[in-house]
Amino acid sequence: MSHAVTDAPDEGSAASQAKSKKAKLSEGKKAERRLGWLLCAPAAIVMLAVTGYPIVYSIWLSLQRYDLRFPGEQEFVGFDNYIAVLTNSYWWTAFGTTMLITVVTVAIEFVLGMALALVMHRTLVGRGLVRTVALIPYGIVTVAAAFSWYYAWTPETGYLANLLAEGGAPLTEYGPSLLIIALAEVWKTTPFMALLLMAGLALVPDDLMRAASMDGANAWQRFTKVMLPVMKPAILVAVLFRTLDAFRIFDNIFVLTGGSNDTSSVSMQTYNNLIKGLNLGIGSAMAVLIFLTVALIAFVFVKGFGTAAPGSDDGGKR
Amino acid sequence: MAEIVLDKVTKRYPDGAQAVSEMNIEIADGEFIILVGPSGCGKSTALNMIAGLEDISGGELRIDGQRANEKSPKDRDIAMVFQSYALYPHMSVRENMAFPLRLAKVDDATVNEKVEEAAQILDLNQHLDRRPANLSGGQRQRVAMGRAIVRSPKAFLMDEPLSNLDAKLRGQMRTSVSKLQKQLAVTTVYVTHDQTEAMTLGDRVVVLRGGHVQQIGSPQFLYEQPANLFVAGFIGSPSMNFVPGTLEDGVLKSVLGTTVLTDRVRRLVEAAGGPREVIAGIRPEHFEDVSLVDEKHREAGATFRSTVDVLESMGAEKYAYFSLDEQLTGSEELAELAADAGSADVPGSGSTIVTRLDAASAAAEGRELEVWFDPERLQLFDPKSGKNLTFDG
Repeated sequence: MSHAVTDAPDEGSAASQAKSKKAKLSEGKKAERRLGWLLCAPAAIVMLAVTGYPIVYSIWLSLQRYDLRFPGEQEFVGFDNYIAVLTNSYWWTAFGTTMLITVVTVAIEFVLGMALALVMHRTLVGRGLVRTVALIPYGIVTVAAAFSWYYAWTPETGYLANLLAEGGAPLTEYGPSLLIIALAEVWKTTPFMALLLMAGLALVPDDLMRAASMDGANAWQRFTKVMLPVMKPAILVAVLFRTLDAFRIFDNIFVLTGGSNDTSSVSMQTYNNLIKGLNLGIGSAMAVLIFLTVALIAFVFVKGFGTAAPGSDDGGKR
Repeated sequence: MAEIVLDKVTKRYPDGAQAVSEMNIEIADGEFIILVGPSGCGKSTALNMIAGLEDISGGELRIDGQRANEKSPKDRDIAMVFQSYALYPHMSVRENMAFPLRLAKVDDATVNEKVEEAAQILDLNQHLDRRPANLSGGQRQRVAMGRAIVRSPKAFLMDEPLSNLDAKLRGQMRTSVSKLQKQLAVTTVYVTHDQTEAMTLGDRVVVLRGGHVQQIGSPQFLYEQPANLFVAGFIGSPSMNFVPGTLEDGVLKSVLGTTVLTDRVRRLVEAAGGPREVIAGIRPEHFEDVSLVDEKHREAGATFRSTVDVLESMGAEKYAYFSLDEQLTGSEELAELAADAGSADVPGSGSTIVTRLDAASAAAEGRELEVWFDPERLQLFDPKSGKNLTFDG
């Protein structure tokens, strides 16, 4: 009883203390926020300088008639460059080719990458060796790897070309060229996919798989009904990264076909106009279109598939 | 529903370590059996072998009379509740509970009916459409139970299902698990390291140590007739007091004074061919403040005097702690028990006597107290083998 009586005034003062603390806290919070901004500032400024500025500059360029061969004729033309690009069949052919390569390679990479990730995840003996070996293709410079594929498919001298019928020159035809480009892409980037997926696999608790087998799931059901849904965020990140990368494919095509026989990608078309053709206006318009497509893909992935952005995983609730 | 028989079941790992050695347990249909022991005693391994999550290296597991060693978990028709609950985070509570039924290709109407029924039993009706991430610990635990009971399996396996809950909730859930098991009357194997759960839940308790079964019996029997030092120390809270002593002509000499053994105890020790050096064990509740013992009993009992080190008043009773000069050494089992209780890390806690006294006791810290105990309650152990010399099973 005596406790209760002496406690009462204490509680009152504690309450008032809490109130004054609140005011103080907001003061402290302000300082904290200021410090936060200050700490972020250098990074933010560098980011703006190296990404923001070029983006804005290329958007500005894309609204100009600006051909370096005729520098005197520079003028503001509004969306004329975009109309020129979007009504051109070369652009749409390149766009279709790029899309085809993107969808096919990412799909194959996902399946192979998942298999590889499962192997690496389960490997008990020589885990380090298995992982290193699996990652070798990813460690090779793309251009170097592309040249090795190029020479392999060169008639007469290439070891793969010799497997084909006499006189076959696969890199001179549309279909075979695309197949080889896709093959080179898949070979090169599957390890990356596997690595990202393996990180996702590590997030699936063992107990969950054990619970599923107790609940009567066979290996395939455990994989599709428990493992895949639980690692969905990791899968989406992996597939998104690869899709964005694949859509900007350049080096493999540049080396393997040089864009002949309609195998050129949107990035190659941009390069041809911007660097080879010195047409800064058209080239920039293409670059901006690629940027918009990539942004759209990212948006569709994040919104449409209902995954959280990387790093903002909310533990399965939505 | 089924009976489960472990016939010399053994688990040997590739590196030669033996997690479970020739375990023999016969679990009757509908029985609630507890596997208890300190960490690393093989209780979870044993459970996983029954579940089929770990291979059996030797011996035979029979479920309903059929050999089950080679059956995969899904063919054993056993449900399991995990310590982590292992709820599927991407499914709602309803889907979580329906999952085993969906896998068994049960039609929608039946699935719904069974899930609703289980939710009713576990009081989860309002939460069926929520995700596990939005539930409290106790609710998650109930969902895990629900997932186990929906498909009416032959048996339940529970791997420390309550250890992730806070103390109060654990107490409540303990009661409801017990009720649920009685209501469903399904064979249940329950693994825990908590001797309170073991004592309160099980029809029978299996005490394990280092992969070996120490003793199997009803909780009361294990409490009254522990087969060895390990079981004696493990069962009961606070645990049994152990003091070294010397036995001569039916008289025990120890820090508790010179105690004349009762006829029954004496006969048992002689029959067991006990050595001269023994470890005497007596439970805290078998002590009493001498002033509260009536004349008649006082005559039959023994007393000792010592200074009360620490006194804990629990309201309904008082715990008085006494320090002892003499150290107990040489018993591997006692060392393991101390390690498990964590007392090995606490300095100076090695040799105290804990007594539970009536709340009316006038005991006070730092004052001398005369404490009475009944020699009939003494248990004597062989310090080398740990065997209970007064075992009367």
